[in-house]
Amino acid sequence: MRFAWKHKDLLGIEPLTAEEITYILDAARAFKQVGERTVKKVPSLRGKTQINLFIEPSTRTRTSFELAATRLSADVINIATSASSLVKGETLKDTARNLEAMNADIIVIRHSAAGAPHFLAARLKASVINAGDGAHEHPTQALLDAFTIREKFGRLSGLNVTILGDVLYSRVARSNIWLLTKMGAKITLAGPSTLVPRVFEQFGCRVTHDIEEAIRDADVINLLRIQHERQRKTMFPGIGEYAALFGLNQERFARAKPTALIMHPGPINRGVEVDSEIADGARSVILQQVTNGLAVRMAVLFLCTGGKL
Amino acid sequence: MKPLWIRNGRVIDPANHVDAVRDLWIVDGRIADTKPPGDAEILDATGRVVAPGLIDLHVHLREPGRSDKETIATGTRCAARGGFTSVVCMPNTTPAADNTGVIAFIKQRAAEAGGVNVFPAGAITKELAGEELAPIGSLKKAGVVAITDDGRCVQNNELMRRAVEYAKMFALPVLDHCQDDNLSADGVMHEGYWSVALGLRGWPAAAEDVIVARNILLAELADWHIHCQHLSSARSVQLVREAKKRGVKISAEACPHHFTLTDAALKNYDTNYKMNPPLRTEADRQALLEGLADGTIDCIASDHAPHCAYEKEVEFDAAPFGIIGLETELALALELVHQKVLSLPALIEKFTVNPARLLGLDRGTLAVGAPGDVTVMAPDWEWTYDVTQSASKSRNTPFHGRQLRGKAVATIVAGRIVWREE
Repeated sequence: MRFAWKHKDLLGIEPLTAEEITYILDAARAFKQVGERTVKKVPSLRGKTQINLFIEPSTRTRTSFELAATRLSADVINIATSASSLVKGETLKDTARNLEAMNADIIVIRHSAAGAPHFLAARLKASVINAGDGAHEHPTQALLDAFTIREKFGRLSGLNVTILGDVLYSRVARSNIWLLTKMGAKITLAGPSTLVPRVFEQFGCRVTHDIEEAIRDADVINLLRIQHERQRKTMFPGIGEYAALFGLNQERFARAKPTALIMHPGPINRGVEVDSEIADGARSVILQQVTNGLAVRMAVLFLCTGGKL
Repeated sequence: MKPLWIRNGRVIDPANHVDAVRDLWIVDGRIADTKPPGDAEILDATGRVVAPGLIDLHVHLREPGRSDKETIATGTRCAARGGFTSVVCMPNTTPAADNTGVIAFIKQRAAEAGGVNVFPAGAITKELAGEELAPIGSLKKAGVVAITDDGRCVQNNELMRRAVEYAKMFALPVLDHCQDDNLSADGVMHEGYWSVALGLRGWPAAAEDVIVARNILLAELADWHIHCQHLSSARSVQLVREAKKRGVKISAEACPHHFTLTDAALKNYDTNYKMNPPLRTEADRQALLEGLADGTIDCIASDHAPHCAYEKEVEFDAAPFGIIGLETELALALELVHQKVLSLPALIEKFTVNPARLLGLDRGTLAVGAPGDVTVMAPDWEWTYDVTQSASKSRNTPFHGRQLRGKAVATIVAGRIVWREE
């Protein structure tokens, strides 16, 4: 059977089928080899222009997209700004019209407002890649997480994946939930009841507020960054209490499966959501996630611009 | 002006328990039941429904201050096309309608526009800031028919209590936009499955419910009338229903968008579905239908809220709340009749006698001698809403392209036809 990728944009995981997810992950495997060569470059996107439009600060995702595009021989421009219609700067519509006038082929957008990539995609001929929109989705993060899990276990189906932390405000959690449920994994969400509300059960997840129970049967423990500074003070009492109740420390981790993987989308708050010994330990794949992120993003850029495998 | 003879229509006048095919005359701007001598202008209403002029007790005409969104002239033209002979305009203008000067300005502009009746609502608090009472007695003298901080909700319960007690002295009903600001916080849509799926901040129905409950208690305490604007939540409907059984002076309105749509409509981040209160769940929508059917919800109102295209065409978080609604309101409400939620007379009641009684207007009735405001409608007329042809200055509607059934074919104010379907 010959499968054809048919999306111009990658706005989220939610609209994708399991087959399409598998296709991206398979493509990423081929691109990972490019990064392991002495000459880490292929001509796939030569002559194409990519604009990284980051209307919310980010270093690692922007760098990863930039490097991914460079390895595919695209020309890359970075626009980092805090100006948006939210703060009375140029409107996103005007920004979109300017990008269209520059005839860019790919727009990678990071924005604090959910739905901003959809807004652009509806108005631009260019491919729009969502690099994180508010608390909505961060599809390439979920793809690189899945790629990493698949590399270790050879599959996603049937695995127990626990996502721990600030699920309510996390786009990483949402994209992971869509992806893992489509691929047949079993998801447990854990954290304070204010940040992990029961409504997530409607998305096919198990919800618990007991960290020990949450990690007991986990094959993968994905830790989310606690963004206390960005939250209302009413969501939980503080970092100290969070670490005491939900931090992954050695004692708790000792009761997890010996094969359990530790993942984190970064940047890590050491001593808050995870102890350093665990983050840097043998079962941590945090840096492999970073490496795989490049491969997955190369695959996404390649496929969305019409590349054929 | 020649008398107007409205011939052979099905006259539905809930205030007087009339539902019969008959003729109606308007002489010197007032309803008459016998043909006057001499010439008359004839309006053939055969096969049409003839009702008291419809009243929308919740619109934003944006003047003074935001005439780029709407003016009293354009907003009242929308009302006329939608079959409304009277509208109540909200005080959240710039400057706010918290003083007699703004009320006089609105009345003057409305007189210049010369279409439908405009009844201004005054502010409860100065600058709608929720801190000090506006000069409610002077506002009454200037001609307001109600007070409200619509768009805002008075958060201070003591201040709200005093406002209701004070307004009672002038027989002014207090209209409240029920929203607890701490609970709704920075929410941009209903809190539930869809807010989680879309990653948008939600505002829970409880933020409305606690204020509806508050208003019930304060209406009891002050023994005066509080009207809850645009109910959107099932629990709020239940609270009002129970309070009415106890005889509390409480009433409620619902908007067509809340009883027609649900939060699932937001899935493409279209800001034309962003309103306050937000679209809620199917269970909430069903509860509104029940509340309309059993009389818990007294009135239907549009909450006509024009915004410029450039304001709405932004990220969902950044867009202002609200949609225009005067031109689609009657047709969407008639869907309730087609779906057998309400009888046609019961629907007309919610647009006529109920708001008139609440506001103390001598309208909403076809009694002999009443002002000659009449709406002639064709309940089965099929049409498609095309917002590009709207009389509004704004285009923010989720109903563009929607197939509708039923519309006003003539809007008559004081015996003068202000709008007629060609």
